[in-house]
Amino acid sequence: MLNTAPLYVGADVGASRTKVAILDASKTLVGYAVLKSGTDFTATARQCLMQSLQMAGALESAVANAVSTGYGRHNVDFARDSRTEIGCHGGGCYHYFPVAISIIDIGGQDNKVIKLDEAGRRISFKMNRKCAAGTGAFLEEMSARLDIPLEGMNDLAAQSTDMVKLGSFCTVFSATEVLENIRHGKKIEDIVKGVFFSVIRRVLEMDSLSQNVVMTGGVVAHNPHLVQMMEELIGRPIRVPEKPQLTGAIGAALYAMNAADERD
Amino acid sequence: MPEEKKVVRKKIAAAADLNNFMRDYYLELDAAAQKGAPKIAWCTSVGPAEILRAFGFQVYFPETHSAMLGATRMATEFIPEANAIGYSPDICSYLTADIGAFLKGVTPLEKAFNIKSVPKPDVLVFNTNQCRDVQDWFNWYGEKFDAPVLGVHTYRGVSEVTEKHIYSIAKQLEALVPPLEKITGRKFKLDDLKRAVALSRECSELWKKILDTASAKPAPLTFFDGTTLMGPAVVGRGTQKAVDVYKILLAELEDRIKKGEGAIENEKFRIYWDGMPVWGRLSTHSQLFAALNANVLASTYCNSWIFSALDPQDPFNSMARAYTELFIVRADEAKETYIKNMLAFFKVDGIIYHDAKTCPNNSNCRYGMPQRLEKQTGIPSLTINGDLNDLRMISDEQTKTNVEAFIEQLQERRHA
Repeated sequence: MLNTAPLYVGADVGASRTKVAILDASKTLVGYAVLKSGTDFTATARQCLMQSLQMAGALESAVANAVSTGYGRHNVDFARDSRTEIGCHGGGCYHYFPVAISIIDIGGQDNKVIKLDEAGRRISFKMNRKCAAGTGAFLEEMSARLDIPLEGMNDLAAQSTDMVKLGSFCTVFSATEVLENIRHGKKIEDIVKGVFFSVIRRVLEMDSLSQNVVMTGGVVAHNPHLVQMMEELIGRPIRVPEKPQLTGAIGAALYAMNAADERD
Repeated sequence: MPEEKKVVRKKIAAAADLNNFMRDYYLELDAAAQKGAPKIAWCTSVGPAEILRAFGFQVYFPETHSAMLGATRMATEFIPEANAIGYSPDICSYLTADIGAFLKGVTPLEKAFNIKSVPKPDVLVFNTNQCRDVQDWFNWYGEKFDAPVLGVHTYRGVSEVTEKHIYSIAKQLEALVPPLEKITGRKFKLDDLKRAVALSRECSELWKKILDTASAKPAPLTFFDGTTLMGPAVVGRGTQKAVDVYKILLAELEDRIKKGEGAIENEKFRIYWDGMPVWGRLSTHSQLFAALNANVLASTYCNSWIFSALDPQDPFNSMARAYTELFIVRADEAKETYIKNMLAFFKVDGIIYHDAKTCPNNSNCRYGMPQRLEKQTGIPSLTINGDLNDLRMISDEQTKTNVEAFIEQLQERRHA
């Protein structure tokens, strides 16, 4: 049976992945899709929409409103409005954790630290400077250097017993350090854990964190060990939404819902 | 599809008069260079121009030339030329772009005014009140042209300007006189200096009034306008022509205020800019903010050419005070008081700090100032990473997302 309820769509077109989330009127996630963004953002976003609608068992005509976000936010042909990913990640996280929070989002090419107060209002935000260190792109580069699949890094890091620390800020210099460690016979799993540690250090340099910390983004979704390492480093538990890669898209869908409500 | 908003801004009519002023200024310099008279002095932008005017020099300001390299997006191409001869990509990109362009025999003056090269100096005079880079910059040209280089060495991190500071700087200014007499073959006349200081002060007061018009709601001009309108305040201070052209501009802006005409459509947010402009992105940034109904209307940068201390009755001491009271020379405590006053006067909603990679002296966000000021004033801030001239240091997409997110934040705050 077709889902005919008014549906709200959020499309997060990131530099690496495009994510679409569909919420129903009760703010339940009824459909979603994640695809590589590729070079045609418009086509990829639409493909994600179609897959999400299929999951929701709905036709496009059931969509009451759609909002886009992310680097490709102006390339989404079914979106009526756009918001920045800062706003959408904030909204998406607050939906799941309605308290004062610091959000760490680790994406394909940028990191964000967003602080919200207890009412969900943004207090501040920081994005990484013009450098890929500490982002998903850094992990991709390192997996290529180590000749291991990206999706295998998490399990390897978890096996480490003697982490190798990488000193450099720079992705290219870090790669040189990785090669040097291989030459000195260090174990791959210890190097991978060092790579994860480097990501964490770059993020923690960006801003101070409030008591409640939430982590999101594709890197977090695929590397839970990184969250565990971060918890050990900051000395408190970190909250992760069920679908950490989708929080930006969910935040955009919530904006779509609020905008539709304001129109009504 | 959510469209990116395109904005058409109403032009300032007096900008044409200012363009003519700048054209005439460069043509006169070029004519002097061709003829060998009057003599030409190079001067740093907040250097002792008044003394040079008193000696009858045509005064050339390399920083303005380098800003032109930036604004025409030529700078990035030439910076590597200077890097290759030992001037690091991490130092002032005004210096590296300017020296690089000189090495390649290129100047933006050619396209703008059909002038083939920068004017050969008879003397170069710097004041390190901005940074040490100006000294290195002038020394390089001094050697190249076999011309004497004179300088004033400033204090740094000055909390309160005291008589000791004034005495020392005034003595250094006075010490410029004998070598300048020798270079020009002309006896120094105090009355000539007094006249130049009086004109400089008048220019400075007009420039202040022009910038202060932005305190009106809506503001009749933007920071991005200011960065080009400031030409006469930099290159023309100490001359009657600069005074005349600023009177035209001020009248137009005051008329805009009377009519309630804002520089941007539907001004909703008032923003303060700290740090250098990104010369190669003036138009992009102007559009970006205007499309968000945000007016960047005041800045530390444009206000740095206000020299209220200048007093023709006491030229050396007052020049010493004016060039030491400058924001860039001061300690953070004094800078913070200055910015707080600006935020209140211009009724500002948010601050943008430009962290310019190659200009540490003009990047005030590196020692916790944004956090301290936000705590004291409650006015939120955003730091954007970039550079004055080196476009390799810029991510346009990052800047755009940051600015859009910041304005969203101000909006949410207002609706809370």
